[in-house]
Amino acid sequence: MQLQLEYCLFLAAALFCIGIYGVITSRNAVRVLMSIELLLNAVNLNLMGFSNFLDPTGIKGQVFAVFVITVAAAEAAVGLAIVLSIYRNRETVDMEEFNLLKW
Amino acid sequence: MNLAEGVQLVSFAILAVMMLGSALGVVLLSNIVYSAFLLGGVFISISGFYLLLNADFVAAAQVLIYVGAVNVLILFAIMLVNKREDFRRVPGRWLRQISTAVVCLGLFALLGTMILITPWSLKTSSSVVVENSVVEIGKHFFSDYLLPFELASVLLLMAMVGAIILARRDLIPDSGLPGAKDSVAGTEALMLPERPRLLASTGKPAQNP
Repeated sequence: MQLQLEYCLFLAAALFCIGIYGVITSRNAVRVLMSIELLLNAVNLNLMGFSNFLDPTGIKGQVFAVFVITVAAAEAAVGLAIVLSIYRNRETVDMEEFNLLKW
Repeated sequence: MNLAEGVQLVSFAILAVMMLGSALGVVLLSNIVYSAFLLGGVFISISGFYLLLNADFVAAAQVLIYVGAVNVLILFAIMLVNKREDFRRVPGRWLRQISTAVVCLGLFALLGTMILITPWSLKTSSSVVVENSVVEIGKHFFSDYLLPFELASVLLLMAMVGAIILARRDLIPDSGLPGAKDSVAGTEALMLPERPRLLASTGKPAQNP
């Protein structure tokens, strides 16, 4: 009985599904951004598992994970700035109220 | 990682329970401040997984960037927009939530069957572990991933400039306002309107008391 690749993949799949549920159902815009961070972390966990179990000598998965972390940091900064400017315009963070471009 | 297998399994189980519980708390709790702190718990337990998977540099980067920067940024955003508001009731919302939960469970079942039926070509002798992963990652960064590395720096610069421009308050300069020179200079800085709409709603008497 050893730590196996399937455990990591199952855990990442569970985290990804929780993140998708949060993205779709939450009404606070900041919570949507937090759920997107959960999604990116699930992908990172997958990359790290594959890097450890399938490619243990040339660790390319860790390099990809560092790039994903970089993009996630940039996404968080820009996303929170967008939420802040929407809040200044609409006086709310409710996702149902952000319908200026809807009809 | 030279830990015993039992230790690895037990710490994996503890980290898994911690991560899944914190992630469910992030999504389901109604108070968003609790959600933000639980998000930090998710990040820290994922960093523990990275340590278990022989990735010490990425674990340190995860703690530094996610817990130190992203989580603090989210907390600041919550403090800036945290107004107690009762969201307007939307008809048929429970149906949306239930259907989303069904879709997510279906996706998890799909991914689970995919994981189980795929024959992963595992190398059985996976005891070969890179001794110094920082050196290896640095070699990758400066040889075959040099272009993405430089593009990442450009992306960070663009994100920084874009975030500043998006979140900047649009202050209206004094010279653009008619009659602004007549008002008292000391109180003018305190009541400078932020948006054109606020200026329109307060109107002229606020500018010229």
